[in-house]
Amino acid sequence: MTNLAARLEAPRRALSPGRIAAAGIVLGVAAFWSTIPPFTARTVVSPLLIGILAVAAGVWAISRGRRRVGWGAVASGALGIGLGILATRSSTGNLDTVFRADLIASMLVFATPLTFGALGGMVSERSGIVNVGLEGMMLMGAFWGVYVADKGGSWVLGLLGAMLAGALMALVHAIFAVHLRSDQIVSGMALNFLALGITGYFFAQLYHEQNIPAGVSTIPNVAIPGVKNWTFVGPAIGNLNLLIWIAILLVPVSYFVLFKTAIGLRLRACGEHPRAADTVGINVYAMRYGAVIVSGMLAALGGAFLSIGFGGGSFTENMTEGRGFIALAAMIFGNWRPFGAFGAALLFGFSTALAYRLPTYSGSAATLFQALPYVLTLIAVAGLIGRTVPPAADGKPYRKQ
Amino acid sequence: MTQPAATVTPSPESEPPAPFAVRLGIAQRAGGAIVPIITALVAFVLGGLVVLGTGHDPVGAYRGIFDGSGINWLFHVPWDTNTIHLDAYNLSQTLLVTTTLILTGLAVAFPFRCGLFNIGGQGQYLVGLVVANWVGVSFAGWPTLPHVLLGIGAAALAGSVWAGIAGFLKATTGAHEVISTIMLNWIAVWGAEYLFGQGGPLQNTQNLSSPVSGQVVESARLPVFWGSPVLQGLDVGFFVALAMLVVFWIVLNRTTLGYQVRAVGYNPDAAAYGGINVKRNYFLTMAIAGMFAGLAGAVDMLGYLFQFGTLDVQTSQIGFLGIAVALLGRNTAIGTGLAAFLFGGLLYGTTRGLDPNVFDPSLAGNLTSMIQGLIVLFVGIDVVILYIWNARRKVRIAGRRSEAPA
Repeated sequence: MTNLAARLEAPRRALSPGRIAAAGIVLGVAAFWSTIPPFTARTVVSPLLIGILAVAAGVWAISRGRRRVGWGAVASGALGIGLGILATRSSTGNLDTVFRADLIASMLVFATPLTFGALGGMVSERSGIVNVGLEGMMLMGAFWGVYVADKGGSWVLGLLGAMLAGALMALVHAIFAVHLRSDQIVSGMALNFLALGITGYFFAQLYHEQNIPAGVSTIPNVAIPGVKNWTFVGPAIGNLNLLIWIAILLVPVSYFVLFKTAIGLRLRACGEHPRAADTVGINVYAMRYGAVIVSGMLAALGGAFLSIGFGGGSFTENMTEGRGFIALAAMIFGNWRPFGAFGAALLFGFSTALAYRLPTYSGSAATLFQALPYVLTLIAVAGLIGRTVPPAADGKPYRKQ
Repeated sequence: MTQPAATVTPSPESEPPAPFAVRLGIAQRAGGAIVPIITALVAFVLGGLVVLGTGHDPVGAYRGIFDGSGINWLFHVPWDTNTIHLDAYNLSQTLLVTTTLILTGLAVAFPFRCGLFNIGGQGQYLVGLVVANWVGVSFAGWPTLPHVLLGIGAAALAGSVWAGIAGFLKATTGAHEVISTIMLNWIAVWGAEYLFGQGGPLQNTQNLSSPVSGQVVESARLPVFWGSPVLQGLDVGFFVALAMLVVFWIVLNRTTLGYQVRAVGYNPDAAAYGGINVKRNYFLTMAIAGMFAGLAGAVDMLGYLFQFGTLDVQTSQIGFLGIAVALLGRNTAIGTGLAAFLFGGLLYGTTRGLDPNVFDPSLAGNLTSMIQGLIVLFVGIDVVILYIWNARRKVRIAGRRSEAPA
């Protein structure tokens, strides 16, 4: 550890390791780029060579104190090599089916529930309440969203129903975390089990384990008239689900609210130093209740996207399959910041989208791609890539005096 | 009547919020066995209300679950251990689930005593399953005893290493163990999917289109002592679990390591001041916890599963149930054993053991998840119980003082 500490303290050299590392990241992308259309190198030499250069640049930068970009370059180089080798071993025809413009569309599809969840988690944790119950709130949103859309006949009602269900779950979490001051991780995990039980029970009770009948009102796609026919951009973003656009829109909105408004400042104050916030007259309890409930609503929207958005009006037991936890990971990876969380959600969405397409030529590699978000987050919380800094009072119950 | 003097001990209100483990420890002394029993009763009643609200008969449902768990066999005197009888068979199956739950429960309970929350029981369990399967499928032709011991030992070690990663990160970089164990869980899930899946290294060699692992060979299987091996009888893994309860108690209460673990759990700063190496204890605690969970995977794989598919990996929840077992058992050996038996009966009684004519198993299985969630939720509010307890004690002390002659 002294070694690591020494590296941290090492003075910055004049030769700008940061730029070298940035070049390394570009090289890593280039390593992979060289093997896919239009270049389509057919030997493993080019991705290996360029990738190793990228890793080297990264290591050089790390040893000179630029750890964040340095590790980025290492990761980029390693990924470039791996993907490049995989790509050279497949036929050109397969490559064209994997790397098309609609890969971007599918990345956005997978990133959307994660974005909602991550933003929700961020709002809650910025106020000082750890929310590991995201998964459960998402699952509640998924089921009650499709149920209300089915019975009420409208996806708008479905979204409202999902938000209500998520808010109710969040309210339970808030009561236990704020007023009863129970351990927030314990009550969050409890909500995950509870949501799994409630949604499974009522799915069996209301639909008798059969599928949701066809023809449920679903969230419509937004076809942008002009863009739709453009090459590349058209298939990528020309015809996306409404909720995807809302998720993208929520990122700058939540940034603005959190960092540029008085209410955002108060919220963050509750998460950093609740006593100080209380002293200047902020109602910490009310703030935390509000934040957790908003968090539950956002997570539930992410769940509703799974059932009545992308899912086309369907539900299966445990539909979220850990997406709430990936959302949590995205939030941590993004350092409790809206754009960071969105970036992480895009990265994780991309790795999932790839995982769904890679089976065309390598099934087992595709499965390992699913683990990528978790590995990256583990590395991030270990402090290898930069530092992740949670709000100071995150997870600590506050007692009024 | 004289005014009682101000109590010397500071009231809990003025203290800063103590770590969860500390509060749990105090509440434990305060509530004893009463709190978990009330918690479980409230959860069962609430679950019953849901059953009632959805138009089913809760009493009949619980009766069916109770019968399905085979616990009613205990009331048949004289006892007939022949598992041809359904009750005896059901009980042997309940004990099979209890075996796993004792071990996954201990994997959560042990770190709790050190102030760590191990959510990674599921991942450590899966790693144990995978390694036990690998050893059990390979090394064919070995004699039974070394083969079984190798399988169990390797799986326990693998679980230890998996949890040890989280302990190591906690000790060196301060990474929160909850986050790292959640991540390790999912890495284990996808890793197992890869290994058992199509084209994976541990996939069976007979049917390449089915994503299922190979079969554990006869020589690596644990002997069955109750029931028939063909019908998934109760294997000696049950005694492994019971032995681990004893090991848990001894390590925690009768060794230096256990003393240090508990000291760190109550107050890491005070423990460090007293000369205890806190980081070393974090690492060791997680490694021991992982060993328990890895053992759970080993006794399941070598005891009755013998093979595992990718679908099983996705639906497996038993490691998470360990959280509820440990919390309900108040992180003690005896409590964990009893809570594991309760959840074992509940889990088996709501799934395979349940008569479908009495209560729909697809509802009952989810009822278990609900009860599990409610129990974990209510166990978390021990501080309220503690508050009531303290308030009562204060009243009592005040009463005694006012009675005393001035």
